[in-house]
Amino acid sequence: MHSAMGMKLFFYPQVQVAKLFKISDQPIYSAEIRAHFENPAAGACVIFEGWVRNHDDGREVWSLEYEAYSELAEAEGERVLAEAQAQFDILEVKCIHRVGELEIGDCAVWIGVLGAHRKAAFEACQYVIDTLKERVPIWKKEHFKDGSTEWLPGAG
Amino acid sequence: MVGTIQIEGMALGEKSVTLRYFSILRDEAGCSEEVINTTVTTLKALYEEQRERHGWTLSLTHVKVAVNGGFGRMSDAFGDGDEIVFLPPSAGG
Repeated sequence: MHSAMGMKLFFYPQVQVAKLFKISDQPIYSAEIRAHFENPAAGACVIFEGWVRNHDDGREVWSLEYEAYSELAEAEGERVLAEAQAQFDILEVKCIHRVGELEIGDCAVWIGVLGAHRKAAFEACQYVIDTLKERVPIWKKEHFKDGSTEWLPGAG
Repeated sequence: MVGTIQIEGMALGEKSVTLRYFSILRDEAGCSEEVINTTVTTLKALYEEQRERHGWTLSLTHVKVAVNGGFGRMSDAFGDGDEIVFLPPSAGG
């Protein structure tokens, strides 16, 4: 091959499929991610952002600390997104989950779904957040205003 | 002596595994990773053994497990050199 494509194949012999589920220790800037999340066949874009709120179960929350078993969380997250892609009539789905120390108002999770029509996009988005909460090994510790802390969910 | 073969400090039937801890299990264990020797055979028994040692408050029924980076079952056996992670209930989002 003597074309530009041939050069590219030479430098990148292994074709890597882009990861759609990411664990990140950097702030999630929704507008920035959204700007690169587009598809000319899409008529619907559903975005869900999970934010850190200042209260939980009647207690005042100061901050949240997220951690993940990153290797498994990314693998399981990819599976959840693949399931959404297979079960719903959507074009694209993507998710980023934060780890680290988050303050009130910070974005903890960002989920985006593109579809030709809104119904499947809404449903897929709901499926991803619900399933993620259940299966992906990510945990959060609440730091309350009174100085106490607690891992969620509480000890069973 | 018959029946007490020692290989690099390990008794017969003993396995050496790496345990990584997250979330409440790490806080209660006071470390994020350790290599331990054990004679138990199933992941369930290993959890109970380590639960007693570390005083973990999470009961077995609330915990899942991963072995060498993939989900496992608590009734599974494990092997020498495995990396095992007990997983408290997920709380992402």
